Amino acid sequence: MADLTSKFCGISSPNPFWLASAPPTDKEYNVRRAFDAGWGGVVWKTLGMEGAPIVNVNGPRYGAIWGADRRLLGLNNIELITDRPLEINLEEMARVKKDFPDRALIASVMVPCEEPCWKEIIPRIAETGVDGFELNFGCPHGMSERGMGSAVGQVPDYIEMVTAWVKNATALPVIVKLTPNITNIIHPATAAKAGGADAVSLINTITSITSVDLETMAPEPMIDGKGTAGGYCGPAVKPIALNMVAQIARTDATKGLPISGIGGVTTWRDAAEFMALGAGNVQVCTAAMTYGFAIIDELTSGLALWMDDRGYKRVDDFIGNAVPNVTDWQYLNLNYTAKARIDQDLCIGCGRCYAACEDTSHQAISMTKDRIFEVIDAECVACNLCVNVCPVEDCITMETLAPGTTDPRTGVKIPKEHGDWTSHPNNPNAK
Amino acid sequence: MTNTGIAANRLNRAQLNECFADLHAPLDAHEAAVAADRCYFCYDAPCVTACPTGIDIPLFIRQISTGMADAAARTIFDSNILGGMCARVCPVENLCEGACVREEAERDPVQIGRLQRHATDRLMAQKTHPYQRAENTGKNVAVVGGGAAGLAAAHRLALLGIDAHILESREKLGGLNEYGIAAYKVVNDFAQKEVEWLLQIGGITHQCGVMLGRDFTLESLLAEFDAVFLGVGLGDTRDLGIDGADSPNVTPATEFIADLRQASALEKVAIGRRVVVIGGGMTAIDAAVQSKLLGASEVTIAYRRGASDMPASQYEQDLALSKGVQMRFHATPQKMEKTSAGIKVHFAVKGDDDFALEADQIFTAIGQVLDPPPPDIAVENGKIKIDAQHKTSMDGVWAGGDCTGLGDDITVTAVAHGRDAAIEIHNSLTGGKHG
Repeated sequence: MADLTSKFCGISSPNPFWLASAPPTDKEYNVRRAFDAGWGGVVWKTLGMEGAPIVNVNGPRYGAIWGADRRLLGLNNIELITDRPLEINLEEMARVKKDFPDRALIASVMVPCEEPCWKEIIPRIAETGVDGFELNFGCPHGMSERGMGSAVGQVPDYIEMVTAWVKNATALPVIVKLTPNITNIIHPATAAKAGGADAVSLINTITSITSVDLETMAPEPMIDGKGTAGGYCGPAVKPIALNMVAQIARTDATKGLPISGIGGVTTWRDAAEFMALGAGNVQVCTAAMTYGFAIIDELTSGLALWMDDRGYKRVDDFIGNAVPNVTDWQYLNLNYTAKARIDQDLCIGCGRCYAACEDTSHQAISMTKDRIFEVIDAECVACNLCVNVCPVEDCITMETLAPGTTDPRTGVKIPKEHGDWTSHPNNPNAK
Repeated sequence: MTNTGIAANRLNRAQLNECFADLHAPLDAHEAAVAADRCYFCYDAPCVTACPTGIDIPLFIRQISTGMADAAARTIFDSNILGGMCARVCPVENLCEGACVREEAERDPVQIGRLQRHATDRLMAQKTHPYQRAENTGKNVAVVGGGAAGLAAAHRLALLGIDAHILESREKLGGLNEYGIAAYKVVNDFAQKEVEWLLQIGGITHQCGVMLGRDFTLESLLAEFDAVFLGVGLGDTRDLGIDGADSPNVTPATEFIADLRQASALEKVAIGRRVVVIGGGMTAIDAAVQSKLLGASEVTIAYRRGASDMPASQYEQDLALSKGVQMRFHATPQKMEKTSAGIKVHFAVKGDDDFALEADQIFTAIGQVLDPPPPDIAVENGKIKIDAQHKTSMDGVWAGGDCTGLGDDITVTAVAHGRDAAIEIHNSLTGGKHG
């Protein structure tokens, strides 16, 4: 059986599945339930300054989009950081850590961008016995209007500065949580590294409006007729998160910086994908909020079974294995040629491939009167749209044309050697 | 079940209400959204091709899934003004749902019939009629027969600005929808409600209890109207033509079905303890199942050919079996004889031993035939002959539905005929083109 134990920037946990800082980790009751269920770690809901507690709205905090059968695909929220007194949170954290010494307990923190604030709170939190800190530079709603959260995460200089303050205040590992609401994730990640961060975690939520109530002409979630941008998460954001994780993992400036992958992790496979792209572990929130803590059994058993099948003994055996295969467009092999193939035995005759290709692509699928659909090799550019719209898995596949054969579309014999844009004759800057 | 012979009140009203409840309960909004989401929006969709009225099914399902069930209903009614009835009575397993690619993929088609009902029920419940008539053309047409073909023709004529006058031989409009379909498919008097809703378009008048050949002739109609549409259906039932079949307890299944539909209370409908239904179509199934639901203890369908030859769909056969109806195949009735305990029917069985069934009541469902057609109207293979434009051999007379050679004894086909004939009549009378 595969060993799922995880060591992430020095922090051990029995498996690489942590609950992200969010409502599920706001108090002892929830966190105990999570640990009882088997979660490897918890990033406690973001702690703020001592004093008058944070207030939240007293109406809907969440908006959503759904797929078939109301399957939750995307969720956004306008909830702020913990609205419970700091002292209570700290007491609870200490108790939980004592009872679950083998689990990772991380404190998420967000205080104003002033050194004394951080210097004061970090040692206090450390007394609870937490394993590390996560600096919340990511939340895009509410707190950002007060100069915190993503307001910090959008300014690399601030990230570096605050990270350095925190590193000076503690010997524990410091994880910097990044906002995706920026143009290039490398800049904030580089700043975190420069500030001394032990790791980054990403992505925090994406600024969003999930829907508009067309009766009231107000965005959702709506509070007394008005709405505001909230942070978007859930399965819908996974592709954005995967790319940002991969960018950090493969860019020289940030390569090697431990990454905690966040963003729509719903199944073991999502976790494996994040980790293959360089995430040392993953954090989960929306899936737990949708289905409850019991999904941890699917996550751990699925990952372990897949690792056994692939012969991976430890998570380190596959972490980052897909990173070398992420590259720039300019290095893609333009000599590689494929053609779509339709398996007539699997085809159910819906014609979606035909409509997609005929109406919106390359007119490379033919249709007979009795609904036989076939690929016209002389037109097919192997764009994959037919594969993506076909409702039957594996009915349409891409077949690689062997080097030496002639592409019926171009009449060109497919070369054996790699040939990309950097050396392409049409590229004015070709070497 | 101690009642012998033929008796009413075998079950009490509560039991009967349960037995005769809606066969396919309507989908609620969420169920409809889930069901609609399964549609692949096929290109040149096979379900549309399979629908005799050519409803744009992928479009109406997409409209349901986007929360626009009323728009979906409009899409349905544009092609089939009796879309509400067809959603209930169409043998969808042989038509749209049978052609659905998910039937091919998973043996589990999109629930097109129930989705259609979801949309049409909603719009019809709004009490307003969704169509407005075109400017009056000053033309008028006599529609003979107030069944599916006649109603569809009248509505389309009215829509196109032509006044229609329906002449119906029975007491109510609706035809087989009112008199010829199992009660559990058309609960809550839906057939009459649908007629009332359809007539709201205006420009349609009707007269019931009048019969072609008895109360009026084609000539008299042609003198009064600009054209005539014949949608008279099949009025007569085939005889078994065997000895002993003249007993009063041997009756056409169609009469039983009609009586049941018209009964003021189901418990008043008398049924035999042992019932034999001879035939293999939808009428045979409807009669057998309803006999069972009324409380008959033994109901047998005897069909002269095999199960796969049955005109009734597999779904209908399974329904009958699930209600406890027994099926005997390759059984051809030879003679009937009166016994002390009822009637004994002797069957010859192809390639097997002959057998006999004793019953209190026997229903025949071996097909219907055209009432003697009006003189001067050409008939082919026992049905009124029409061309591709639904024109009969007589000038000014069009026809459609079961009474014609193009009919196939299902409501939806009759609707298509009525609609298309109306368009042809409109084009002929106005010289205009209307697709």
